[in-house]
Amino acid sequence: MKAVAVIGIGKTAFGAFPDRDLRSLAVEAGQKCLGDAHVSASQIEAFYLGNFAGPSFVGQNHLAPYVASGIGITDVPCTRFEAACASSGSAFFHAVSSVAAGLYDLVLVGGVEKMTSQSTPKVTEILAGAGDCSGEVRVGATFPALFAMIARRHMHQFGTTREQMAAVAVKNHSNGAKNPLAHMRKVITMEQALAGKPVSDPLTVYDCSLISDGAAAVMIAPLERAREFTDKPVKVLGIAQTSDSVALDSKEDITTFRAVRMAGEKAYRMAGVTARDIEFAELHDCFTIAEIIATEDLEFVARGQGGPYALEGRTCLKGERPVNASGGLKAKGHPVGATGVGQICDVAMQIRGEAGELQLARHSLGLAENLGGSGATAVVTILGAA
Amino acid sequence: MTDCTVYTETVVYMAPEQFTADAPYQIAIVTLADGGRRTVRIAGERVQIGDAVEFVEDRNDIPFYRKSILRKPA
Repeated sequence: MKAVAVIGIGKTAFGAFPDRDLRSLAVEAGQKCLGDAHVSASQIEAFYLGNFAGPSFVGQNHLAPYVASGIGITDVPCTRFEAACASSGSAFFHAVSSVAAGLYDLVLVGGVEKMTSQSTPKVTEILAGAGDCSGEVRVGATFPALFAMIARRHMHQFGTTREQMAAVAVKNHSNGAKNPLAHMRKVITMEQALAGKPVSDPLTVYDCSLISDGAAAVMIAPLERAREFTDKPVKVLGIAQTSDSVALDSKEDITTFRAVRMAGEKAYRMAGVTARDIEFAELHDCFTIAEIIATEDLEFVARGQGGPYALEGRTCLKGERPVNASGGLKAKGHPVGATGVGQICDVAMQIRGEAGELQLARHSLGLAENLGGSGATAVVTILGAA
Repeated sequence: MTDCTVYTETVVYMAPEQFTADAPYQIAIVTLADGGRRTVRIAGERVQIGDAVEFVEDRNDIPFYRKSILRKPA
Protein backbone atom coordinates (compact mmCIF):
# COMPACT_ATOMS: atom_id res chain seq x y z
CA MET A 1 0.00 0.00 0.00
CA LYS A 2 1.31 3.44 -0.95
CA ALA A 3 1.22 6.35 1.47
CA VAL A 4 -1.28 8.98 0.29
CA ALA A 5 -1.20 12.76 0.61
CA VAL A 6 -3.68 15.59 0.20
CA ILE A 7 -2.01 17.95 -2.29
CA GLY A 8 -4.81 20.44 -2.81
CA ILE A 9 -7.99 21.76 -1.19
CA GLY A 10 -10.88 23.94 -2.36
CA LYS A 11 -14.13 25.07 -0.74
CA THR A 12 -17.03 27.32 -1.52
CA ALA A 13 -18.59 29.36 1.22
CA PHE A 14 -21.38 27.41 2.95
CA GLY A 15 -24.72 29.21 3.18
CA ALA A 16 -28.05 29.85 1.47
CA PHE A 17 -27.34 30.82 -2.12
CA PRO A 18 -30.59 31.21 -4.09
CA ASP A 19 -28.70 32.20 -7.24
CA ARG A 20 -26.37 29.20 -7.28
CA ASP A 21 -27.17 25.71 -8.55
CA LEU A 22 -25.61 22.42 -7.47
CA ARG A 23 -23.21 22.18 -10.39
CA SER A 24 -21.86 25.72 -10.11
CA LEU A 25 -21.02 25.13 -6.43
CA ALA A 26 -19.29 21.80 -7.09
CA VAL A 27 -17.40 23.24 -10.06
CA GLU A 28 -16.21 26.22 -8.02
CA ALA A 29 -14.81 23.94 -5.30
CA GLY A 30 -13.22 21.62 -7.88
CA GLN A 31 -11.56 24.43 -9.80
CA LYS A 32 -10.24 26.06 -6.62
CA CYS A 33 -8.80 22.69 -5.66
CA LEU A 34 -7.13 22.21 -9.06
CA GLY A 35 -5.58 25.66 -8.73
CA ASP A 36 -4.37 24.95 -5.21
CA ALA A 37 -2.80 21.65 -6.31
CA HIS A 38 -1.34 23.11 -9.51
CA VAL A 39 -2.97 20.29 -11.46
CA SER A 40 -4.94 20.64 -14.70
CA ALA A 41 -8.26 18.88 -15.29
CA SER A 42 -6.71 16.72 -18.02
CA GLN A 43 -4.32 15.17 -15.47
CA ILE A 44 -7.14 13.82 -13.26
CA GLU A 45 -7.36 10.03 -13.46
CA ALA A 46 -10.62 9.59 -11.51
CA PHE A 47 -13.29 11.73 -9.87
CA TYR A 48 -15.16 10.62 -6.74
CA LEU A 49 -18.16 12.70 -5.68
CA GLY A 50 -20.05 12.58 -2.40
CA ASN A 51 -23.68 13.68 -2.59
CA PHE A 52 -26.59 12.63 -0.40
CA ALA A 53 -29.78 13.62 -2.16
CA GLY A 54 -29.28 15.67 -5.31
CA PRO A 55 -32.12 13.79 -7.03
CA SER A 56 -34.54 14.74 -4.20
CA PHE A 57 -33.28 18.27 -3.51
CA VAL A 58 -32.81 19.48 -7.09
CA GLY A 59 -34.11 16.68 -9.32
CA GLN A 60 -30.72 15.91 -10.87
CA ASN A 61 -29.22 12.45 -11.05
CA HIS A 62 -26.05 11.08 -12.69
CA LEU A 63 -24.18 13.70 -10.73
CA ALA A 64 -20.53 12.64 -10.94
CA PRO A 65 -20.04 13.08 -14.72
CA TYR A 66 -22.47 16.04 -14.60
CA VAL A 67 -20.16 17.87 -12.19
CA ALA A 68 -16.92 16.52 -13.68
CA SER A 69 -17.64 17.84 -17.17
CA GLY A 70 -18.23 21.28 -15.64
CA ILE A 71 -14.74 21.14 -14.12
CA GLY A 72 -13.30 19.99 -17.46
CA ILE A 73 -12.76 16.37 -16.45
CA THR A 74 -13.81 13.92 -19.17
CA ASP A 75 -13.20 10.32 -20.20
CA VAL A 76 -12.10 9.00 -16.78
CA PRO A 77 -14.20 7.12 -14.19
CA CYS A 78 -16.54 9.54 -12.38
CA THR A 79 -18.56 8.00 -9.56
CA ARG A 80 -21.04 9.28 -6.97
CA PHE A 81 -21.00 7.99 -3.38
CA GLU A 82 -24.05 8.14 -1.12
CA ALA A 83 -23.76 7.38 2.58
CA ALA A 84 -26.15 9.97 4.07
CA CYS A 85 -24.17 12.70 5.88
CA ALA A 86 -20.97 10.65 5.39
CA SER A 87 -21.31 10.66 1.60
CA SER A 88 -18.13 12.58 0.83
CA GLY A 89 -16.24 11.00 3.74
CA SER A 90 -17.00 7.70 2.05
CA ALA A 91 -15.94 9.08 -1.35
CA PHE A 92 -12.67 10.22 0.24
CA PHE A 93 -12.09 6.82 1.90
CA HIS A 94 -12.56 5.00 -1.42
CA ALA A 95 -10.42 7.50 -3.33
CA VAL A 96 -7.58 7.13 -0.80
CA SER A 97 -7.93 3.34 -1.03
CA SER A 98 -7.62 3.44 -4.83
CA VAL A 99 -4.50 5.61 -4.76
CA ALA A 100 -2.98 3.53 -1.95
CA ALA A 101 -3.60 0.41 -4.04
CA GLY A 102 -1.73 1.94 -6.96
CA LEU A 103 -4.79 2.19 -9.20
CA TYR A 104 -4.41 5.95 -9.85
CA ASP A 105 -2.04 8.78 -8.97
CA LEU A 106 -4.15 11.92 -9.26
CA VAL A 107 -7.70 11.70 -7.94
CA LEU A 108 -10.11 14.56 -7.28
CA VAL A 109 -12.66 14.03 -4.51
CA GLY A 110 -15.64 16.36 -4.28
CA GLY A 111 -18.68 16.77 -2.10
CA VAL A 112 -21.75 18.90 -2.75
CA GLU A 113 -25.30 19.53 -1.57
CA LYS A 114 -27.84 22.12 -2.64
CA MET A 115 -30.53 22.12 0.08
CA THR A 116 -32.03 25.57 0.50
CA SER A 117 -34.27 25.56 -2.55
CA GLN A 118 -36.72 23.35 -0.58
CA SER A 119 -38.91 24.29 2.41
CA THR A 120 -37.79 23.19 5.89
CA PRO A 121 -40.54 20.50 6.21
CA LYS A 122 -39.52 19.13 2.78
CA VAL A 123 -35.81 19.16 3.75
CA THR A 124 -36.74 17.40 6.99
CA GLU A 125 -38.58 14.73 4.98
CA ILE A 126 -35.69 14.23 2.53
CA LEU A 127 -33.15 13.98 5.37
CA ALA A 128 -35.36 11.43 7.12
CA GLY A 129 -34.72 9.18 4.12
CA ALA A 130 -31.34 8.43 5.71
CA GLY A 131 -33.22 6.60 8.47
CA ASP A 132 -35.18 3.34 8.30
CA CYS A 133 -38.24 4.22 6.23
CA SER A 134 -40.03 0.98 7.15
CA GLY A 135 -39.86 1.74 10.89
CA GLU A 136 -38.74 4.91 12.65
CA VAL A 137 -39.42 7.25 9.70
CA ARG A 138 -42.91 5.82 9.07
CA VAL A 139 -43.80 6.60 12.69
CA GLY A 140 -42.76 10.23 12.29
CA ALA A 141 -39.13 10.32 13.43
CA THR A 142 -37.05 13.14 11.95
CA PHE A 143 -33.26 13.33 12.24
CA PRO A 144 -33.53 15.85 15.06
CA ALA A 145 -35.97 13.39 16.72
CA LEU A 146 -33.51 10.49 16.45
CA PHE A 147 -30.72 12.57 17.99
CA ALA A 148 -33.14 13.96 20.58
CA MET A 149 -33.84 10.38 21.67
CA ILE A 150 -30.09 9.73 21.79
CA ALA A 151 -29.67 12.89 23.90
CA ARG A 152 -32.50 11.89 26.27
CA ARG A 153 -30.88 8.50 26.88
CA HIS A 154 -27.42 10.05 27.35
CA MET A 155 -28.89 12.50 29.87
CA HIS A 156 -30.64 9.63 31.65
CA GLN A 157 -27.59 7.35 31.85
CA PHE A 158 -24.81 9.88 32.44
CA GLY A 159 -26.48 13.01 33.79
CA THR A 160 -25.61 15.03 30.69
CA THR A 161 -27.34 18.40 30.83
CA ARG A 162 -28.94 20.86 28.39
CA GLU A 163 -26.30 23.37 29.50
CA GLN A 164 -23.48 21.00 28.48
CA MET A 165 -25.04 20.55 25.04
CA ALA A 166 -25.57 24.30 24.73
CA ALA A 167 -21.86 24.80 25.51
CA VAL A 168 -21.06 22.98 22.26
CA ALA A 169 -23.31 25.38 20.32
CA VAL A 170 -21.84 28.46 22.01
CA LYS A 171 -18.28 27.29 21.26
CA ASN A 172 -18.96 26.38 17.65
CA HIS A 173 -20.77 29.65 16.95
CA SER A 174 -17.88 31.56 18.52
CA ASN A 175 -15.46 29.74 16.18
CA GLY A 176 -17.71 30.03 13.13
CA ALA A 177 -17.94 33.79 13.60
CA LYS A 178 -14.23 33.92 12.71
CA ASN A 179 -14.52 31.63 9.66
CA PRO A 180 -15.01 33.66 6.46
CA LEU A 181 -16.62 30.66 4.71
CA ALA A 182 -19.09 29.81 7.52
CA HIS A 183 -22.86 29.94 7.00
CA MET A 184 -23.69 31.59 10.32
CA ARG A 185 -21.06 34.01 11.56
CA LYS A 186 -22.91 34.93 14.70
CA VAL A 187 -21.81 34.59 18.32
CA ILE A 188 -24.54 33.26 20.63
CA THR A 189 -24.78 33.29 24.42
CA MET A 190 -25.54 30.39 26.74
CA GLU A 191 -28.88 32.07 27.57
CA GLN A 192 -29.86 32.25 23.89
CA ALA A 193 -28.82 28.65 23.29
CA LEU A 194 -30.92 27.42 26.21
CA ALA A 195 -33.96 29.46 25.17
CA GLY A 196 -34.03 28.37 21.52
CA LYS A 197 -37.20 27.32 19.77
CA PRO A 198 -37.86 23.60 20.37
CA VAL A 199 -37.23 21.32 17.37
CA SER A 200 -37.52 17.94 19.03
CA ASP A 201 -37.34 17.83 22.81
CA PRO A 202 -34.71 18.35 24.36
CA LEU A 203 -33.09 19.79 21.20
CA THR A 204 -33.70 23.40 20.20
CA VAL A 205 -32.70 25.14 16.99
CA TYR A 206 -29.36 25.92 18.63
CA ASP A 207 -28.61 22.19 19.04
CA CYS A 208 -29.12 21.53 15.32
CA SER A 209 -26.74 22.08 12.42
CA LEU A 210 -27.77 24.31 9.55
CA ILE A 211 -29.51 23.58 6.26
CA SER A 212 -26.92 24.83 3.78
CA ASP A 213 -25.70 24.90 0.20
CA GLY A 214 -22.03 24.29 -0.45
CA ALA A 215 -19.25 22.23 -1.93
CA ALA A 216 -15.72 21.13 -1.10
CA ALA A 217 -12.96 19.28 -2.92
CA VAL A 218 -9.55 17.75 -2.22
CA MET A 219 -6.87 16.41 -4.53
CA ILE A 220 -4.95 13.34 -3.48
CA ALA A 221 -1.80 11.68 -4.83
CA PRO A 222 0.81 9.18 -3.68
CA LEU A 223 2.98 10.81 -0.99
CA GLU A 224 6.10 9.99 -3.04
CA ARG A 225 4.85 12.33 -5.79
CA ALA A 226 3.27 15.00 -3.56
CA ARG A 227 6.16 17.47 -3.70
CA GLU A 228 5.90 17.66 -7.49
CA PHE A 229 2.72 19.63 -6.85
CA THR A 230 2.94 21.35 -3.46
CA ASP A 231 5.35 22.49 -0.76
CA LYS A 232 2.79 21.61 1.90
CA PRO A 233 1.59 18.05 1.42
CA VAL A 234 -0.66 16.69 4.15
CA LYS A 235 -0.25 12.99 4.82
CA VAL A 236 -3.18 10.62 5.30
CA LEU A 237 -1.81 8.75 8.32
CA GLY A 238 -4.87 6.66 9.06
CA ILE A 239 -8.35 6.21 7.61
CA ALA A 240 -11.24 3.82 8.16
CA GLN A 241 -14.87 3.51 7.13
CA THR A 242 -17.23 1.30 9.15
CA SER A 243 -20.93 0.55 9.25
CA ASP A 244 -23.75 -0.41 11.61
CA SER A 245 -27.52 -0.88 11.35
CA VAL A 246 -29.54 2.04 9.97
CA ALA A 247 -32.46 1.90 12.43
CA LEU A 248 -31.78 3.50 15.80
CA ASP A 249 -34.07 0.99 17.56
CA SER A 250 -31.94 -1.95 16.39
CA LYS A 251 -28.82 -0.63 18.15
CA GLU A 252 -28.18 -2.15 21.55
CA ASP A 253 -26.87 1.07 23.12
CA ILE A 254 -27.76 4.41 21.55
CA THR A 255 -25.50 6.49 23.82
CA THR A 256 -22.47 5.49 21.74
CA PHE A 257 -21.83 5.03 18.03
CA ARG A 258 -20.30 1.61 17.54
CA ALA A 259 -19.27 2.49 13.97
CA VAL A 260 -17.35 5.55 15.19
CA ARG A 261 -15.59 3.57 17.92
CA MET A 262 -14.50 0.92 15.40
CA ALA A 263 -13.42 3.46 12.77
CA GLY A 264 -11.48 5.37 15.42
CA GLU A 265 -9.69 2.25 16.64
CA LYS A 266 -8.75 1.23 13.09
CA ALA A 267 -7.58 4.71 12.10
CA TYR A 268 -5.50 5.10 15.29
CA ARG A 269 -3.90 1.70 14.69
CA MET A 270 -3.13 2.50 11.04
CA ALA A 271 -1.60 5.86 12.00
CA GLY A 272 0.32 4.36 14.91
CA VAL A 273 -1.07 6.98 17.30
CA THR A 274 -3.51 7.10 20.21
CA ALA A 275 -6.26 9.56 21.05
CA ARG A 276 -3.84 11.29 23.40
CA ASP A 277 -1.65 12.28 20.42
CA ILE A 278 -4.43 14.03 18.48
CA GLU A 279 -3.91 17.79 18.74
CA PHE A 280 -7.21 18.97 17.24
CA ALA A 281 -10.28 17.54 15.54
CA GLU A 282 -13.20 18.30 13.27
CA LEU A 283 -16.08 16.20 14.62
CA HIS A 284 -19.51 15.60 13.10
CA ASP A 285 -21.68 17.92 15.22
CA CYS A 286 -24.88 17.49 13.21
CA PHE A 287 -26.43 17.96 16.67
CA THR A 288 -24.64 19.16 19.81
CA ILE A 289 -25.08 15.73 21.45
CA ALA A 290 -23.25 14.14 18.49
CA GLU A 291 -20.10 16.15 19.24
CA ILE A 292 -20.29 15.16 22.90
CA ILE A 293 -20.63 11.46 22.02
CA ALA A 294 -17.87 11.68 19.38
CA THR A 295 -15.40 12.96 21.98
CA GLU A 296 -16.23 9.84 24.03
CA ASP A 297 -16.24 7.35 21.13
CA LEU A 298 -12.87 8.63 19.88
CA GLU A 299 -11.48 8.32 23.43
CA PHE A 300 -10.70 12.00 23.95
CA VAL A 301 -12.56 11.57 27.23
CA ALA A 302 -14.11 8.67 29.18
CA ARG A 303 -17.61 7.30 28.44
CA GLY A 304 -20.29 9.61 29.79
CA GLN A 305 -17.86 12.47 30.42
CA GLY A 306 -18.31 14.27 27.09
CA GLY A 307 -20.79 16.75 28.58
CA PRO A 308 -18.53 18.06 31.36
CA TYR A 309 -15.60 17.96 28.88
CA ALA A 310 -17.47 20.41 26.62
CA LEU A 311 -18.74 22.66 29.42
CA GLU A 312 -15.28 22.97 31.03
CA GLY A 313 -13.94 24.56 27.82
CA ARG A 314 -11.40 21.84 27.10
CA THR A 315 -12.46 21.72 23.43
CA CYS A 316 -12.34 25.51 22.85
CA LEU A 317 -9.76 27.16 20.57
CA LYS A 318 -7.42 27.61 23.53
CA GLY A 319 -8.39 24.37 25.24
CA GLU A 320 -6.26 21.24 25.52
CA ARG A 321 -7.68 19.75 22.30
CA PRO A 322 -9.73 22.13 20.16
CA VAL A 323 -12.78 20.56 18.52
CA ASN A 324 -14.44 22.16 15.49
CA ALA A 325 -12.21 25.21 15.24
CA SER A 326 -13.95 25.81 11.88
CA GLY A 327 -17.30 26.31 13.61
CA GLY A 328 -18.38 22.74 12.87
CA LEU A 329 -21.58 21.75 11.13
CA LYS A 330 -23.37 23.86 13.73
CA ALA A 331 -22.07 27.24 12.55
CA LYS A 332 -20.08 26.55 9.39
CA GLY A 333 -23.14 24.83 7.93
CA HIS A 334 -24.00 21.29 6.89
CA PRO A 335 -24.49 20.88 3.14
CA VAL A 336 -24.78 17.16 3.78
CA GLY A 337 -22.81 15.76 0.84
CA ALA A 338 -20.04 18.36 1.17
CA THR A 339 -19.44 17.92 4.88
CA GLY A 340 -16.93 15.03 4.92
CA VAL A 341 -14.57 16.53 2.36
CA GLY A 342 -15.11 19.96 3.92
CA GLN A 343 -13.77 18.56 7.21
CA ILE A 344 -10.68 17.22 5.39
CA CYS A 345 -10.13 20.70 3.93
CA ASP A 346 -10.45 22.28 7.39
CA VAL A 347 -7.99 19.86 9.01
CA ALA A 348 -5.55 20.28 6.10
CA MET A 349 -5.78 24.10 6.37
CA GLN A 350 -4.78 23.89 10.03
CA ILE A 351 -1.86 21.55 9.28
CA ARG A 352 -0.70 23.88 6.47
CA GLY A 353 -0.91 26.82 8.89
CA GLU A 354 -3.44 28.65 6.70
CA ALA A 355 -6.39 28.91 9.08
CA GLY A 356 -6.01 32.66 9.66
CA GLU A 357 -7.71 33.94 12.78
CA LEU A 358 -8.63 30.33 13.67
CA GLN A 359 -5.08 28.99 13.41
CA LEU A 360 -4.35 26.71 16.35
CA ALA A 361 -1.13 26.69 18.36
CA ARG A 362 -0.68 22.93 17.97
CA HIS A 363 -1.65 21.86 14.47
CA SER A 364 0.55 19.03 13.21
CA LEU A 365 -1.79 16.07 13.90
CA GLY A 366 -5.54 16.35 13.34
CA LEU A 367 -8.56 14.04 13.10
CA ALA A 368 -11.80 14.27 11.10
CA GLU A 369 -14.92 12.26 11.96
CA ASN A 370 -17.81 12.06 9.49
CA LEU A 371 -21.03 10.33 10.60
CA GLY A 372 -23.80 9.04 8.34
CA GLY A 373 -27.39 8.89 9.58
CA SER A 374 -27.75 7.92 13.21
CA GLY A 375 -24.43 6.07 13.05
CA ALA A 376 -24.86 3.58 10.18
CA THR A 377 -21.72 4.88 8.46
CA ALA A 378 -18.63 6.38 10.04
CA VAL A 379 -15.42 7.60 8.46
CA VAL A 380 -12.46 8.62 10.63
CA THR A 381 -9.37 10.17 9.06
CA ILE A 382 -6.11 11.14 10.74
CA LEU A 383 -4.00 13.70 8.90
CA GLY A 384 -0.51 14.94 9.68
CA ALA A 385 2.21 17.19 8.36
CA ALA A 386 4.30 15.32 5.76
CA MET B 1 -49.97 -6.51 26.58
CA THR B 2 -47.95 -4.71 29.26
CA ASP B 3 -44.30 -5.27 30.09
CA CYS B 4 -43.23 -2.67 27.51
CA THR B 5 -41.09 0.14 28.85
CA VAL B 6 -39.95 3.43 27.39
CA TYR B 7 -36.22 3.23 26.50
CA THR B 8 -36.12 6.81 25.20
CA GLU B 9 -38.54 9.43 23.87
CA THR B 10 -38.92 12.84 22.28
CA VAL B 11 -41.66 15.31 21.40
CA VAL B 12 -41.38 16.35 17.75
CA TYR B 13 -42.21 20.04 17.18
CA MET B 14 -40.77 20.43 13.68
CA ALA B 15 -42.29 17.61 11.67
CA PRO B 16 -41.56 16.31 8.20
CA GLU B 17 -43.95 17.46 5.50
CA GLN B 18 -46.34 14.51 5.72
CA PHE B 19 -46.81 14.88 9.51
CA THR B 20 -46.92 18.68 9.97
CA ALA B 21 -50.63 18.49 10.89
CA ASP B 22 -49.84 16.07 13.76
CA ALA B 23 -47.13 18.20 15.42
CA PRO B 24 -46.30 18.34 18.24
CA TYR B 25 -46.38 14.58 18.76
CA GLN B 26 -44.42 12.20 20.96
CA ILE B 27 -42.47 9.22 19.66
CA ALA B 28 -40.58 6.68 21.73
CA ILE B 29 -38.36 3.66 21.39
CA VAL B 30 -39.96 1.02 23.60
CA THR B 31 -38.42 -2.18 24.90
CA LEU B 32 -40.82 -5.06 24.32
CA ALA B 33 -41.45 -8.06 26.56
CA ASP B 34 -39.10 -10.19 24.44
CA GLY B 35 -36.30 -7.65 24.83
CA GLY B 36 -36.60 -6.30 21.26
CA ARG B 37 -37.19 -2.63 20.58
CA ARG B 38 -39.46 -0.68 18.25
CA THR B 39 -40.11 2.95 17.50
CA VAL B 40 -43.72 3.96 18.18
CA ARG B 41 -46.05 6.93 18.50
CA ILE B 42 -47.38 7.79 21.97
CA ALA B 43 -51.09 8.51 22.40
CA GLY B 44 -52.46 10.63 25.22
CA GLU B 45 -50.41 11.48 28.28
CA ARG B 46 -46.69 12.17 27.72
CA VAL B 47 -44.34 9.41 28.87
CA GLN B 48 -40.80 9.37 30.23
CA ILE B 49 -37.90 6.90 30.19
CA GLY B 50 -38.80 3.90 32.35
CA ASP B 51 -42.58 4.32 32.09
CA ALA B 52 -44.63 1.20 31.40
CA VAL B 53 -46.58 1.45 28.14
CA GLU B 54 -49.04 -0.72 26.27
CA PHE B 55 -50.09 -1.10 22.66
CA VAL B 56 -53.25 0.76 21.67
CA GLU B 57 -53.75 0.27 17.93
CA ASP B 58 -52.26 0.77 14.49
CA ARG B 59 -53.54 3.96 12.85
CA ASN B 60 -52.60 4.43 9.20
CA ASP B 61 -49.86 1.84 9.66
CA ILE B 62 -48.40 3.70 12.67
CA PRO B 63 -48.27 1.77 15.96
CA PHE B 64 -49.64 3.80 18.88
CA TYR B 65 -48.79 3.04 22.52
CA ARG B 66 -49.97 4.72 25.72
CA LYS B 67 -48.98 4.87 29.35
CA SER B 68 -50.15 1.63 31.01
CA ILE B 69 -53.38 1.98 32.91
CA LEU B 70 -52.43 -0.96 35.12
CA ARG B 71 -49.13 0.20 36.60
CA LYS B 72 -46.55 -2.46 37.26
CA PRO B 73 -46.11 -3.13 41.00
CA ALA B 74 -43.15 -1.21 42.41
